[in-house]
Amino acid sequence: MLRVENVSKQFDGFKAVNGANLSVEKGEIVAVIGPNGAGKTTLFNLISGQLKPDSGKITFLGEEITALPPHRICKKGIARSFQIANIFHRLTVFRNIQVAVLSQKNRNLNLTSPSDRFFIEETRAILESVGLADKHGEIAGALSHGDRRVLEIAIALGNEPRLLILDEPTAGMSPEETAGTIALIKRLAETRGLTILFCEHDMDVVFGVSHEIMVMEQGRTLIQGTPEAVKNDPDVQRAYLGTE
Amino acid sequence: MNALNLKRLGPGAAILVAAAVVPSIVPRFYTYILAVILITALLAMSLNMVVGHGGLYQFHHGVFYGVGAYTVALMLTKTPLPWWVGFVAGPFTAALMGFLIGLFCVRLNRLYFGMIQISLGSLIWALTFRWYGLTGGDDGIHGIPVPDVLSGVTRSYYVILIVFSVCLFFLYRIYRSPFGTTLRAIRDNPERCAAIGINVRRHQLFAIVIATFFAGVAGVLFVVVEQSVFPDLMFWVLSLEIMIMCLLGGWFTFSGPILGAALMVSLRTFAGVYTEYWTLILGVILILLIFFLPEGIMGYLSTKRKQKNGRRTVE
Repeated sequence: MLRVENVSKQFDGFKAVNGANLSVEKGEIVAVIGPNGAGKTTLFNLISGQLKPDSGKITFLGEEITALPPHRICKKGIARSFQIANIFHRLTVFRNIQVAVLSQKNRNLNLTSPSDRFFIEETRAILESVGLADKHGEIAGALSHGDRRVLEIAIALGNEPRLLILDEPTAGMSPEETAGTIALIKRLAETRGLTILFCEHDMDVVFGVSHEIMVMEQGRTLIQGTPEAVKNDPDVQRAYLGTE
Repeated sequence: MNALNLKRLGPGAAILVAAAVVPSIVPRFYTYILAVILITALLAMSLNMVVGHGGLYQFHHGVFYGVGAYTVALMLTKTPLPWWVGFVAGPFTAALMGFLIGLFCVRLNRLYFGMIQISLGSLIWALTFRWYGLTGGDDGIHGIPVPDVLSGVTRSYYVILIVFSVCLFFLYRIYRSPFGTTLRAIRDNPERCAAIGINVRRHQLFAIVIATFFAGVAGVLFVVVEQSVFPDLMFWVLSLEIMIMCLLGGWFTFSGPILGAALMVSLRTFAGVYTEYWTLILGVILILLIFFLPEGIMGYLSTKRKQKNGRRTVE
């Protein structure tokens, strides 16, 4: 479904991503792991178009999407969440998600009808599926940290993505919130048939939910394989899990 | 639902009725001031659409007001075309100018947007100021032959009131529309908007074109009431003043700029009678504003109201 081939990106001579490879098949949950600074977030930014790669090729559903602007990539069916809560802090929770739905259905240039007439059901359904229905009228900037992270994912759902990219969805969450979010991700993958690509520091989470794991180190791809294969790989043990 | 609508529309309707009977009660001078307030309010609202709701640093918005006014002035004085052609051409020329300048501006972010906007705007001002042959330079154009149906203080006041109300209606529709919602989302977070599939630059350019169109309408109305134009209409000081009106009234609100315009025009008129240094008073007000009401008067009031009512259902 998604194929990243030999992609590189430099910042002022620093090779943040240096020949990364990744493939994601339909219906899978794929995790990207690696130490801090390994280039996980940069890789995600390259896939979703926030950054343009210096070299390499990214294809989605057989179509090349390398260096397309983010809004075009989104329309192809890739939605993402961000590591820091990247929400619309002055709008209500409801509007936060509705904006994404409006964009997905190409209605955001409508000038004459009130927004209140558009996609109320669709937006409500998303709010309910992530458990924010009772907070729909609150200003997003006033939400708790955990709720903001959930809203972050919910906005991405407004785009009805085929591939959902989650950049550290549980960063800064309490253990209970983490468990709740992981359950949510699993449920979304099952009920909506979503393909999910995510990165995460919590190894229990990673090995618990993923079908495939890709390991990065200093911008390179060390290995991509099943959790078993990754666990037993000597390179990974040396570089990341630590030799015992 | 109906009671809610009534409650919401009630004050607006009352103001409209009051505005309609004003010329028969107050002296002509006050009618004139009220007309100026309406024009300025329309100009400030058009600016607020891009600044307050769009988050764009449109520093030199006054230029489009001037372009609208000059278009009418030139067409009425230099061409044999019927008067209404000039009146229609004013806003469209302003919007075209907005489009051309916006095309450069939306490629840049934040302050850089503002800097190129103010330079390109100043270019238009300089052209107007220097091109004696066409624009009359710093003399401007006076005695513009506005048709009789529109001239005279009372008649021009009613024309302005009607045009203002129609514009207000459309601006409110746009504010509430998916376009407006998306524009406010872009203000809050342009990066995220791009990530949810919105063509941010196109949306911003579209907003600039609409806003400059309404600034052009305000420029046309200026000619109706003053029957003259001069380069100060495009000078950056005016652009700064309307920016202050938005801040004063509340730039995250819809109706704030009307209040801001009313206060500023009144201050200029009535404090200006007593002292040339009325801007000194303005300065003090601004400092107080920044410290105590950073979201403007309407912003403050709506926050208070929200706290009283508990949380709202829909934005």
